[in-house]
Amino acid sequence: MSRLAPGHRGCAGCCDAMAANFVLEAIGDDAIVINPTGCLEVMTTPYPESAWEVPWIHSLFENAAAVATGVEAALRALGRKGDTKVVAMGGDGGTLDIGMQAISGAFERGDDITYVCIDNEAYMNTGVQRSGATPFNASTTTSPPGSQSFGNPRPKKNMPAIMAAHGSPYVATTSISYPKEMMRKVKKAVGIEGPTYIHAHAPCTTGWRFDTSKTVEIGKLAVETALWPMYEQEEGEITKVRKVKQPKPVEDYLKAQGRFKHLFTMEGGDEAIAKIQAIADWNIKHYGLE
Amino acid sequence: MTGKMTVVEGSYAVAHAVKICRPNVISAYPITPQTHIVEDLSQFMADGEIPNCEYINVESEFSAISTLVGASAVGARTYSSTTSQGLELMHEVLFNVSGMRLPIVMTVANRAVSAPINIWNDHQDSISQRDTGWMQLYAEDPQEAADMTAQAYRVAEDKDIMLPAMVCMDGFILSHVYEPVILLEQELTDEYLPGFEPEHILDPAKPKTFGAFADPSTYTEFRYLQQKGMDAALEKIENAADDFNKIFGRYYGGLIDTYEAEDAEILLFAMGSVVGTIKDVIDRARTEGVKVGLVKVRAFRPFPVEAIRKVVKDASVIVTLDKNISLGLNEGALCTEVKSCLYNTDINIPVIGFLLGHGGRDIPRRNIRMIIDKAKQVIRSGVTIESEYADLRGELI
Repeated sequence: MSRLAPGHRGCAGCCDAMAANFVLEAIGDDAIVINPTGCLEVMTTPYPESAWEVPWIHSLFENAAAVATGVEAALRALGRKGDTKVVAMGGDGGTLDIGMQAISGAFERGDDITYVCIDNEAYMNTGVQRSGATPFNASTTTSPPGSQSFGNPRPKKNMPAIMAAHGSPYVATTSISYPKEMMRKVKKAVGIEGPTYIHAHAPCTTGWRFDTSKTVEIGKLAVETALWPMYEQEEGEITKVRKVKQPKPVEDYLKAQGRFKHLFTMEGGDEAIAKIQAIADWNIKHYGLE
Repeated sequence: MTGKMTVVEGSYAVAHAVKICRPNVISAYPITPQTHIVEDLSQFMADGEIPNCEYINVESEFSAISTLVGASAVGARTYSSTTSQGLELMHEVLFNVSGMRLPIVMTVANRAVSAPINIWNDHQDSISQRDTGWMQLYAEDPQEAADMTAQAYRVAEDKDIMLPAMVCMDGFILSHVYEPVILLEQELTDEYLPGFEPEHILDPAKPKTFGAFADPSTYTEFRYLQQKGMDAALEKIENAADDFNKIFGRYYGGLIDTYEAEDAEILLFAMGSVVGTIKDVIDRARTEGVKVGLVKVRAFRPFPVEAIRKVVKDASVIVTLDKNISLGLNEGALCTEVKSCLYNTDINIPVIGFLLGHGGRDIPRRNIRMIIDKAKQVIRSGVTIESEYADLRGELI
């Protein structure tokens, strides 16, 4: 199963390549894909090569949702819409930081597009700088730990909740570590009229600093520790939640990654980890994961 | 001249022209003084007067032009309109549009830029987008702005060009003035402007990649080919004006137009609505025996280097009038560009520049007359002025 043609420049163990494959498998050939600037765009389209076997367009970093709006409107105006799916696929920076305004506009207007955020929790393409999706206390190149810091000082922006608040008919969180589940959700999203949103957690081997063979394993640990809740929200209501029986302690997830290594060696690290456990506990309660 | 004259607002004339050009996707964000254009288009949409068209009310100018990137790549004829801060906000996307060879047409209702905030006319907004790879055409009056819209689509969508175009009309002065205008006729426009059928589109039946990553081994050639498109546009802009004349019986010049220029010792250069005032002043000065003429620059990009070299050769002094300034150089863009196209030639005519009409300051005839008088001094006693404001209020400084 590989819809993304081989030969692209993704790293070994790359989450983006996996995510793109799952999305393409779910949406099929009758689709147009819009990509903001980022790893996925750079690694798949070194001119004159392209790994995309569906029509694909990249414009800029912050406008993928707006470009998708235009693609969809043009298909309708020209009488070519048919069953063609318009799917934007971007990283966390291009979606919930610099691309926030454009995606908010598209969802407020009710445009018939699906947006998939591939969330690897930092600006990986530029060398692992923090984004609004970087988790609490994670080390990045712009949120390094030091005598005055445990790393990123803020928790992740709750983008799925923001998109649901726009009145989206379908918002779902998922993870590249659960391919069948992710494909089911993407398929469901593109089948629903209106703006639908998929937020896929995506462990990055270079940015999170784990072995290239561990991408799927790390993603599962995020779910099993309740740090990444997986649910579906339809017309504002949470309709389905992936239960986590006996959630693992967050240490299991944190110690497997270089970006949290400092928490296990620094003075006061225990307290910092306890605060992360509190985030998982809140997720368990808020989303009813147990 | 064909057609019936009706008195309409400049914005309406343009909106009507857009409708007649059969756009497929319109996307815009409101900003003074562009608003009347998009309001009129919205009403046309509400009344079902634009077939096969979608109008997108976006949340910013950035998204207005970004939506058109997607729409144009699908093969839609696209339109937007903006000005000033809106155009500046689009800046990043403007490069993207021209680099992807998307022939979007956009009306710029020219306005000053902030700070200080000012909603009135000058050309700083579009001139600041000079190097974005868009063609820039400047209209003298509402009729020309409307007709230029159809001309812009024809040139932009030409397969040898495939570059976006701005039709620049002075904010308020042209956008809000009521004048007799012949509205574009559908039948004649259909004859003049063929449907948009681009060679490359986003289509699941024939997948293509748009907006790929070009490294140092290929990037230069993309830029080179954009310039080739601009080069090709020089002739096609002339052709588009000639063919328009054949079908509609209206002509405003091609790349440039001239007025009393043939024997002129003093040759003024200007763009936009001030051209009308200048013509009045020239008429008066001519009765007094002053040999003064005008070059109206219609195309600022591509810049008509050859046409200008040809037209100036017998003048004694060239005088540019600019509603914009390059801060740090103390010149307007016309001044700099006209000078640069005379270098490395055997033409040796002094060029002096005047800055005026910034932030909507009125340009009375006496100011133009004063400029002509200063130019006469240059003929008599050589260049004593390089570039200066013609309407500075010294008492405020």
